[in-house]
Amino acid sequence: MLSFYLKGLLRDRSRSLMPIIVVAIGVALVVLIQCWITGVLGDMIDFNANFSTGHVKIMSRTYYENIDQLPNDLALLESDELLGKIKDQYPGMMWVERIQFGGLVDAPDENGETKEQGPGGGMAVDLLSGKSGEAERLNLERSLVRGALPAGSFEILLSDDFARKLDVQVGDPVTLIGSTMFGAMSITNFTVCGTVRFGSAVLDRGGIIADISGIRSAFDMTGATGEILGFFPDGYYDDEAAGKLSSEFNETYSDPQDEYAPVMVPLREQNNLTGYLDLVGYMKSFIIIIFVIAMSIVLWNSGLLGGLRRYGEMGLRLAIGEEKPHIYRSLITEAVFIGLAGSVAGTAIGLLFSYWMTKGIDISGMLSNSTMMMQGVMKAEIVPAAYYIGFIPGVLATVLGTALAGIGIYKRQTAQLFKELQV
Amino acid sequence: MENNTIIKIENLVKQFPVGGGTFTALNGISLSFGKGEFSGIVGPSGSGKTTLLNIIGSLDSPTKGEVTVMGTGSGGMNAKTASQLRKNHIGFIFQTYNLMSVYTVYENVEFPLLLLKMPASERRKAVLDAIEWVGLTDKIKSRPPQLSGGESQRVAIARAMVKRPGLVLADEPTANLDAANSHHILQTMETLNKELKTTFLFATHDDKVIRYLKRIVTLADGKVVSDESVK
Ligand SMILES: Nc1ncnc2c1ncn2[C@@H]1O[C@H](COP(=O)(O)OP(=O)(O)O)[C@@H](O)[C@H]1O
Ligand SMILES: [Mg+2]
Repeated sequence: MLSFYLKGLLRDRSRSLMPIIVVAIGVALVVLIQCWITGVLGDMIDFNANFSTGHVKIMSRTYYENIDQLPNDLALLESDELLGKIKDQYPGMMWVERIQFGGLVDAPDENGETKEQGPGGGMAVDLLSGKSGEAERLNLERSLVRGALPAGSFEILLSDDFARKLDVQVGDPVTLIGSTMFGAMSITNFTVCGTVRFGSAVLDRGGIIADISGIRSAFDMTGATGEILGFFPDGYYDDEAAGKLSSEFNETYSDPQDEYAPVMVPLREQNNLTGYLDLVGYMKSFIIIIFVIAMSIVLWNSGLLGGLRRYGEMGLRLAIGEEKPHIYRSLITEAVFIGLAGSVAGTAIGLLFSYWMTKGIDISGMLSNSTMMMQGVMKAEIVPAAYYIGFIPGVLATVLGTALAGIGIYKRQTAQLFKELQV
Repeated sequence: MENNTIIKIENLVKQFPVGGGTFTALNGISLSFGKGEFSGIVGPSGSGKTTLLNIIGSLDSPTKGEVTVMGTGSGGMNAKTASQLRKNHIGFIFQTYNLMSVYTVYENVEFPLLLLKMPASERRKAVLDAIEWVGLTDKIKSRPPQLSGGESQRVAIARAMVKRPGLVLADEPTANLDAANSHHILQTMETLNKELKTTFLFATHDDKVIRYLKRIVTLADGKVVSDESVK
């Protein structure tokens, strides 16, 4: 009996092909959007992790509370000791020290007089030890526009835009004016060894990258660090593991009496990412719901049209003695097959487009004024969910659409359906 | 004679709601038909033939009165018993053939047996037999759109006959056929009536059909005006 219905379904193109195309288009879009959101989200997480938050970050409690002010006076002291301990305790993790700082960059002319001056925000990272992996993490080689990476403590990289604004060339001296950890003024000379562009508006506006040794000496931070960033060994952020790690760490190290005691904060709780991560989660479900509704309506209508065309067949089947519930079930069965076929086709198409989009779409033009930590290229990412997510709206919408359309069969009197046979 | 009764109609009234009131399509019909009859309801268009046939075929229900078909009375009938009755005992033939165009001749004839869950080998034999009765063995793989009107109606006869029902109801079966085809299908049905003892009940106003009938019940305005047997 089932094969009898399916035979009919396959032979009747208007009943099979059209709905399959509708489902396939919807499913392809769902898959594509899914991959795209995941890709953008994944890139955003990576970008935030690498440039700002780590997968987890250790700071002193007061530093964390005032983090917007780059409060290096509240830095972690004796960071070497802490670093040694956590490296033993969590041997799989990668730990690095960083200092975020702000300051005025002064570019002198030949006579040593100020030529140009501008406020900059910078990041001191371990570039010289050769073991930190920071150059790769920050993608420095590929972001280099001119010059080379720092080879000494007092060589710095400027963002290319910043360097142009200050009118400095590779090899030129600049002076960094800031404040030491203890609040005194600090004036230190650096040489610009190269310029970089990250493709992120926030970083490219006034960015400085320096080795941590030079900045420690400039700001009198020997033995201290603003932040210790932790990264999972496989390089992927795992929200659950990060949360667990943090509460474990905080149980051991935190001390309500000591506001300088270290706290560990997972990525999710930094840079307002909680809201964003949740929003993305809602967005994904929302998109799926929207597609279920939209596709159901389309399929409902095409089901109604198809149903009108099939009143003859329905009347006949009733006349031959098939029961209404049986007919209704056969329609739903047909819908399940259509939904599955459309979902398979749509998923394949969606994955194909997603694959093509993994190469990325440049939106840097749209982000030139943005303060979000976001990369200028949006990429799709194909995750396992992409292989099945489309089946939810695909099958649900066809079944729902058919179920709604099929109610007409119940509403009509048998004799009425039957009368329509006579015309 | 009483034991042979296959259809018993007592004081049947059928009313349809129209506008604010009701329209009485059948008004106090009492009739009975015996096993193996080859009879017809005859009358002008609008006289109530189709309505009567639909009620006998349990596609519609009486407003008043009682209709008993092959032991199933209209009184306690529900959708399930009605479809059981149709599935097991009644074959329908319509003016417009109503074949399913995506299925072959073979598949169209096979469908009633699938509903009856007949085993495959038995089913195959029954389908081939039915198609042979109507002389369409060479068209077994054709689809309805490729058939002439006469051929289509013969497929419909095979479909009605394949389960060897006790009763076949044929509503204006020749209305869309020319004289030669009309005679052909009536001869086919006459033969089946003789060989399988199937009861045939027609609704028609076509003289070509009327000539074949053994009993003619004439309706006018929802009432039986005459009921005569032809020898
Ligand atoms: N569902 C209905 N609603 C209202 N009137 C109907 C309905 N079905 C049939 N009728 C009326 O009942 C009368 C008999 O119809 P019908 O049985 O189809 O006649 P026949 O088949 O003899 O031409 C007609 O006047 C028709 O208009
Ligand atoms: Mg009629």
